[in-house]
Amino acid sequence: MDFSNESRVLHRCSAQIGNLLLRSLWHLIHFIISICNFTLDIANVLESYLISSGLLGRYKSLHIAKLRYLAIVIESEGAYQTSKIIELLQWLDAVGVKHVCLYDIEGRSSGFSLSLGILKKSKDFILENLDGAMLFQVLSYWQPSIYAMQDAHENNVLLDRQHMTLEFVSFSDGKEAVVKAANVLFMKYSKSDVTDKNQKEKIFTESQMSEALKTVGSGGPEPDLLLVYGPARCHSGFPAWRIKYTEIV
Amino acid sequence: MDGNRRYAKKKKINDMTGYDAGALALLHLIIYCMELGVKYVTAYAFSIDNFRRHPEEVRKIMDLTMESVMLLTWISKLRLVRVHFAGNLQLLSEDIQNAAKRLMESTAGYNNFVLTICICYTCSDEILHAVEQSCKEKWDDGIGIMGYDEGNDYERLIKVVDIEKRMYMAIAPDPDILIRTGGEYRLSNFLVWQSSCCHLSSLGTVWPEFGVFHLVWVVLDFQQNYHYFAKKKLQL
Repeated sequence: MDFSNESRVLHRCSAQIGNLLLRSLWHLIHFIISICNFTLDIANVLESYLISSGLLGRYKSLHIAKLRYLAIVIESEGAYQTSKIIELLQWLDAVGVKHVCLYDIEGRSSGFSLSLGILKKSKDFILENLDGAMLFQVLSYWQPSIYAMQDAHENNVLLDRQHMTLEFVSFSDGKEAVVKAANVLFMKYSKSDVTDKNQKEKIFTESQMSEALKTVGSGGPEPDLLLVYGPARCHSGFPAWRIKYTEIV
Repeated sequence: MDGNRRYAKKKKINDMTGYDAGALALLHLIIYCMELGVKYVTAYAFSIDNFRRHPEEVRKIMDLTMESVMLLTWISKLRLVRVHFAGNLQLLSEDIQNAAKRLMESTAGYNNFVLTICICYTCSDEILHAVEQSCKEKWDDGIGIMGYDEGNDYERLIKVVDIEKRMYMAIAPDPDILIRTGGEYRLSNFLVWQSSCCHLSSLGTVWPEFGVFHLVWVVLDFQQNYHYFAKKKLQL
């Protein structure tokens, strides 16, 4: 009996020691990874300085015209630093990027109340301090006759390479905008003459969804490139309908 | 699961054999994930956009899907795996549709591990389908055009929760990690709605060469940034 008790105690102790060793090994691995990531970060900062100083020849010609629309995810802390955002936009303008969309994760609606994103609140200040920049905004219109004017305006703005255009997007332009667009489509569905509303065939198309998103003011173009900053790559709820095929870096 | 054809080119084998290697890599991944304690795995097998590929390639992938359904039927019984097919299954041939539905029904009661295969799937189609179903359900509930106009009762409107419960991916929670092989940095219309707080990992390796060390590396990377993602989830 004593022997079996002792063997149980021994087994328990060895299991605890094993767990402790595994946990220590796990912490050691993460410590090594942190050191490697830190070294890589230093190397990236060094490379950035070399690129901006023009010492690295292969980055001298950027072919920036291929980048038609750039989007950037700004974290909440960064969104309050308006001067740094203006500096970033000035750099982008200097490099030749003409159409920029700034996204911050604040701003959501609940029932009939709406809180604007941080960047949307400071957009007037940003535009004033950026020479020649224009606001790109998809206005919410309900009259179909306005759509043609809006489309023409959007095309003219995006083709304009003289001025930088800025679009400000927040979290409420993501899932909540899709929900608003769904309600617009529901209104059309309810009014439609479809006799059998239980049919299994598709009733909406992707272009109708895109139009409905434009109706609610969240139908901007799809960015070619989405830049995210932070320790890990994550698009933070950028409007899903617009980043289906966007490069996220 | 990018890189099957590049793998075939590298190994100087037939392109179609590259897809077989990809299917084997997925099977290995399922086993590794089970051993690691991961409960939900979703694989992007075939996009609606992929129907534009060469017909022989599409036929090969469909044949492979049928073989995979047979294999998964056997595995699911041994390891109590729930198998779910997410996507517009009506675009599949009738025999694959029926086999997939039978497998889903027979494994519906298992919850040890949930494997979702996205086939004939795009996120935009998923969102559209969810919106359609929400509209039909609101109509069936009697919430029609009568009295429905701008600014009326909020409760009569479609909400985020209505759409999310009708998504093909409603069976699984939002992913923590999304891995794309083949060195690509775009999502290509895969889980764009569900990946708001997800760690997006892009690996240079091609899919058939994806192994346990790649998986462990991605998981360690996720663990390094766990607090960042936890904070983001609270914000969103």
